[in-house]
Amino acid sequence: MGKQEFTISLFSEDHIGILNQITIILTRRQINIESITASESAVKGVQLLTLVVKTSPDMVRKVAKQMEKLVDVLKVFVHSSDEIIYQEIALYKVKTNGLMSGNIIDSIVRNHHARILVVSPEYTVIEKTGHRSEINDLLNHLEPYGILQFVRSGRVAVTKQVKELNAYLKEMDGADRYREENIEPYEKN
Amino acid sequence: MKEQHETKQAEIQVNGLENITGAEAILRCLVEEGVDTIFGYPGGAIMPVYDKLLDYSDKLRHILTRHEQGAAHAAQAYAMVAGKPGVCFATSGPGATNLITGIANAYLDSVPVVFITAQVVSGLIGTDAFQETDILGVSMPVTKWNCQIKKSQDIPGTIARAFYIAKTGRPGPVLIDITKDAQVDKLLFRYKKCSYLRSYNPHLPLKKKAVESAAIMINHAEKPLILAGHGILISGAEEELRTFAEKTGIPVAVTLLGLSCFPCDHRLYAGFLGMHGNYGPNLLTNEADLIIAIGMRFDDRVTGNLKKYAKNARIIHIEIDEAEINKNVQVDLEIHSDAREALQYLIPLVSEKSYESWIREFRICDKVEFEKVIKAETKPEKGEIRMGEVVRMVSEMTAGNAIIVTDVGQNQMSAARYYKFTSPGSFITSGGMGTMGFGLPASIGAKIGNPDKQVIGFIGDGGFQMTIQELGTIMHYKIPAKIIILNNGFLGMVRQWQHMFFNRRYASTELVNPDFEIIARGYGIPAKTISARQDLKEGLQQMLDAEGPFILNIAVEKEGNVLPMVEPGASVSDVTLNYKG
Repeated sequence: MGKQEFTISLFSEDHIGILNQITIILTRRQINIESITASESAVKGVQLLTLVVKTSPDMVRKVAKQMEKLVDVLKVFVHSSDEIIYQEIALYKVKTNGLMSGNIIDSIVRNHHARILVVSPEYTVIEKTGHRSEINDLLNHLEPYGILQFVRSGRVAVTKQVKELNAYLKEMDGADRYREENIEPYEKN
Repeated sequence: MKEQHETKQAEIQVNGLENITGAEAILRCLVEEGVDTIFGYPGGAIMPVYDKLLDYSDKLRHILTRHEQGAAHAAQAYAMVAGKPGVCFATSGPGATNLITGIANAYLDSVPVVFITAQVVSGLIGTDAFQETDILGVSMPVTKWNCQIKKSQDIPGTIARAFYIAKTGRPGPVLIDITKDAQVDKLLFRYKKCSYLRSYNPHLPLKKKAVESAAIMINHAEKPLILAGHGILISGAEEELRTFAEKTGIPVAVTLLGLSCFPCDHRLYAGFLGMHGNYGPNLLTNEADLIIAIGMRFDDRVTGNLKKYAKNARIIHIEIDEAEINKNVQVDLEIHSDAREALQYLIPLVSEKSYESWIREFRICDKVEFEKVIKAETKPEKGEIRMGEVVRMVSEMTAGNAIIVTDVGQNQMSAARYYKFTSPGSFITSGGMGTMGFGLPASIGAKIGNPDKQVIGFIGDGGFQMTIQELGTIMHYKIPAKIIILNNGFLGMVRQWQHMFFNRRYASTELVNPDFEIIARGYGIPAKTISARQDLKEGLQQMLDAEGPFILNIAVEKEGNVLPMVEPGASVSDVTLNYKG
């Protein structure tokens, strides 16, 4: 079966070691993480990990189940790229003198929908959000002018079925939550 | 006495709650969870807990094994026999890492064990302090859940969660790592059992539609076969399985860990599945038109070559762990549920049937297997003593009613093949992990878990020496377990593979052994060595009649092979009955 790109959105309790548990599952199956982003989710106390992996549909289904089986993991969603709206953000630090000739700056801002963050005599920092290919296009475009630094974030994504996801999390949040300072464990109402 | 008095004085009550140390809280939690036996080994970081244990000796019995691995295996076997979570203590660093094989073993065989390890004081964590190890990181891939406690007040809540997680859903080992300062610091003790965690849903409502579809598939099948696994025993569904099989008339094959969940003398018993399983259930898996797999996980030792596995069958998989469904074998109908619950709902929906000609196919296979393998293995007339012969004799002498513990390898396969189990939960073995050295400490744990039953361990001469130090535990606590060493002077199963697949090049498999009888005597354990067939029965009788522990060292055929065999990479229907190498 051919490899495809999948985005795994994993909602978990905010406990130490979750990422370690996730990477163990992927490592055992020899799956490389293309990108990873950790953040708080829309629900307080729930962490969201967004991972991009390239593997077969069958394998991503198996690892997602193994992730969901982890005690501290609330829910795992797997999406192919056309089921989500996603972005990455990139910062480019470029030599200023190179950029100052002609209307390169103009071309960057207009054609690539990028932003200038900082301009100093030595360097200029440009920010661009978009898909991987768009970010790479701009990188190629800037290369001749001397790139001092380049960094790209992991993917952040929301699903096209936003409502379902939120409803699910709200439902979970409605339940009595375990708190570290509370000696009483969770009880169902 | 004076000191103890002072301690009591210090336990002032605040809001009706006792102010006790973390160490005492750990023990109180265990008492609250119904624990009465702990297996373990002390050391620096866990000393506060052991110190308190002296005050709790009327409620908590501590079994000091001679190695932490032994404690872990004993706790697992105890859990399997007693039907409640085992508990195991170890200190930080090497104490904790010595548990790992035992933890992994319990993980692969879904056995609930609560491991409590001590950790260096919290201020020293991460500094490579003396006997500090990152046991959370080390145990993470082999535990169902693990957690570190650095504050004494977190002890009750965390232990409550640990027990809840260990024993619910698909059970498994959990590990709690408790820093020394958390053991020493005080807390106001209050305990409440855990019954809910929002991120963990061990018990999902039964999808009745799926069970109804299963009933239709079952009622229309012509050659159905039940594959029953450990899940039957874990969920306590032995009665339901029997009712289901008897009503539908469907033959029942069992996995290694499923052994004893269905009586071996039942007319619908099809045998034991897998690499060294019975001929019929392996061969006929590929003839079946419907497979009803219950509480099993299609391990590679059961399926053989997946590309040629059960291709004529539609497959129904009843399994509590969703990650096991469609993992190895693509199924036609999944019932993600507790085995017992699913069977209870299923039984009224299926029609009464019988499959006489299909059952006959199994009986024909049984006959072939008997003629080609079993007869010579269990009733040999000449030559060296055979493993199968010993096991079958023990089976007959105990009426299939003993608890059988095994090590790993030929001893294990012979015990699985030739003991005729009649009571559920009476087979304790290391399945998924295949841990040599499991047998001796597991025999100890099993005997402590059920002192009323005869516990017999079948162990090879190789595995026996991997945890031989546990003879000290048997001696110390006078544990009346019976140990049979099936001694062939070889690492038998590896030698068998060398014989079959490596041109008989016996690389590092022949053992130079000590005199086990003298070793046993050194530990004050009665022992006997048997090497002639005519002495076998009498020796076994002496062992069974012994009130205390007994070790029977039996010299068996040096180069015997366990057959039949589904060779690695072969299909279950290409099972080898007679190997002429």
